[in-house]
Amino acid sequence: MRDFFQRNGAVISTYLLLAVFFWVVMMIVLPQAYMLNFSFRHDLLPNQIGGPKDVYTLSNYEYLLFGRPGDEELFNYLHLTVFLRTIIASIFVTLLDFALCYPIAYYIAQVAKGGYARSMILLLILPFWVNEILRAFAFRILFGTSGVINAFLQTMGILDEPIDFLRADVALYAGLSYAYILLMVFPLYNAIESLDHNQVEAARDLGSPWWRIHWRVVMPHAKPGIASGCTLVFMLSAGALAAPQILGGPSSLWFTQIIYQWFNTGGNWAQGSAYAIVLLLACLVFVLTVMKVFKVSLGEIAR
Amino acid sequence: MSADVELDHMTIRFGEFTAVKDANLKIEDGEFFSFLGPSGCGKTTILRAISGFLEPTEGEVRIGGKNMKGIGPNKRPTALIFQNLALFPLMSVADNIAFGLEVRGVGKAERRKRADELLDLIALGDQGNKKVSELSGGQKQRVAIARALAVEPAVLLLDEPLSALDLKLRQHMRTELRAIQQRVGITFIYITHDQGEALTMSDRIAVMSQGIIQQVGTGTEVYENSQTAFVASFVGENNPFHGKVVGTEGSDALVDTAFGRLRGRNVRGMQPGQSAMLFVRPESMSFANGDAENVIESQVLHSEFEGSFFSVFLRGEGAKDIVMSMTNSGDLPQYQEGESARVAFKAERALVLPVGDVADE
Repeated sequence: MRDFFQRNGAVISTYLLLAVFFWVVMMIVLPQAYMLNFSFRHDLLPNQIGGPKDVYTLSNYEYLLFGRPGDEELFNYLHLTVFLRTIIASIFVTLLDFALCYPIAYYIAQVAKGGYARSMILLLILPFWVNEILRAFAFRILFGTSGVINAFLQTMGILDEPIDFLRADVALYAGLSYAYILLMVFPLYNAIESLDHNQVEAARDLGSPWWRIHWRVVMPHAKPGIASGCTLVFMLSAGALAAPQILGGPSSLWFTQIIYQWFNTGGNWAQGSAYAIVLLLACLVFVLTVMKVFKVSLGEIAR
Repeated sequence: MSADVELDHMTIRFGEFTAVKDANLKIEDGEFFSFLGPSGCGKTTILRAISGFLEPTEGEVRIGGKNMKGIGPNKRPTALIFQNLALFPLMSVADNIAFGLEVRGVGKAERRKRADELLDLIALGDQGNKKVSELSGGQKQRVAIARALAVEPAVLLLDEPLSALDLKLRQHMRTELRAIQQRVGITFIYITHDQGEALTMSDRIAVMSQGIIQQVGTGTEVYENSQTAFVASFVGENNPFHGKVVGTEGSDALVDTAFGRLRGRNVRGMQPGQSAMLFVRPESMSFANGDAENVIESQVLHSEFEGSFFSVFLRGEGAKDIVMSMTNSGDLPQYQEGESARVAFKAERALVLPVGDVADE
């Protein structure tokens, strides 16, 4: 501690400690602790708070699993299905983003030269100057039944009837993948960029076809970047709200939309908190499992 | 297959810049051949053209008589050892060595067996399971060689692989490389800017400067019978004397220089009237006694004692000193710094060459 103060001086040291304290306590611990506390309470009227009914309960979690007591169905199939679909769809979006971004990141990091690589990065960043909601609506226009894509396909004579991309969730997956593309490209780019190009050439010289060079040399080297990018995209996809709201089909719900309904229209913060905590835990468990399987440590991801 | 490597009027350009100009030579099967030259002379470009990472702009690369045009590095019978070795840090030593076999679909057990054989060859028998980062510089060097040899290439290409090692290890690896080459019997093509490496290991050397192959020959040939001013000044130390040819006598030429008329071997058949440079190596000079020929009157500036030999610096023409070196045989001549001195050399130890660029010190 004394070392730390001596090294950085009193002002900077105090600032750093306060900033870290603020970040950890105010941004991470307190909000989550509040949510956790809420999730174990009943949804009470203001005058009942602190009264005899204000006790801890598991009912909010029970509701997600079994629905209202006395329902016909054994489980709360509606919400559980939405939850599972959100997780699976987020995995799909993550894989899609990886498949799209890996070649781009490799190209910029290892193949393209100086100025050319910089302009490619700029091209990737430019669309993100536009507001997220606006981008989602732009995709609605692109993918709508009377949208640009359908109009084009019909004029070309490829389609007779317009395809409902929104109902088929194509627009949603496309919109989500697009929204988080940078969060995949940059970790991948960083990781691949640090690979000594001679290793790629050495593998090639030893007779390796291109796919094996990637499988045995580039990807193992870029593993922390891959893990970092996939974690970010997965977490944010599962937690996305605007894109599903705007681009989702009429019959498909995202789990975050249910959470939003509990907090907002339902006014039941306790129930909403329980749902949010479940989503958070599911994401954490998923990410930690993936890291375990691919033998990546948290420290490597932060690199 | 036979593995002679031919460069047939090969030129390589990058835009306006000509990196290699009209390279034309044949490297024999089983030869240890070096390209020697200062950095930027085009030697690495030649290596990349032979390995397939570059295509010549003009001319051909032929290996075993077959034109290599359009054949990628993964399909050529060559293996390249990179300057920084480029070992795969995430694989074990044995997996590194077996990588080329893995690519060729060799089974796991067979791969391990071959890797072990090669580990024995490089005297790292029990280190196969180690990480690459656990090895020393010299051991990494040997692993890189084993990894390249595992694919049984007809030609092994080496891009200054010893430059990262310290002096002692470098000298040791020279001997070792030469021994490995003689054991496996394949063609080695070696790139270096270190004339010591080229002279000690190679069967033949190509000396390069500014994209042009200046001379091809054995170590003795390029040292004793340098054909251009660049080769004479780059390979070993040499003292140049500028002047004009005033006459020829048999195989000798007479050159008028700032130090008077000097005589040397006319290896390039120069004619009277032509500007010339006469080169004399430091070890070919000695203090003159009596009326020897080729006497240079100058002044002793300073001297350096280097253990086995002893260098004396004399005032030369212009800014460049004349260097004379003598073996330390215990009876060094006596002289004072600043006193005038007469040194001489034998005509058969001097070369008369056309004026040309000399290597920077």
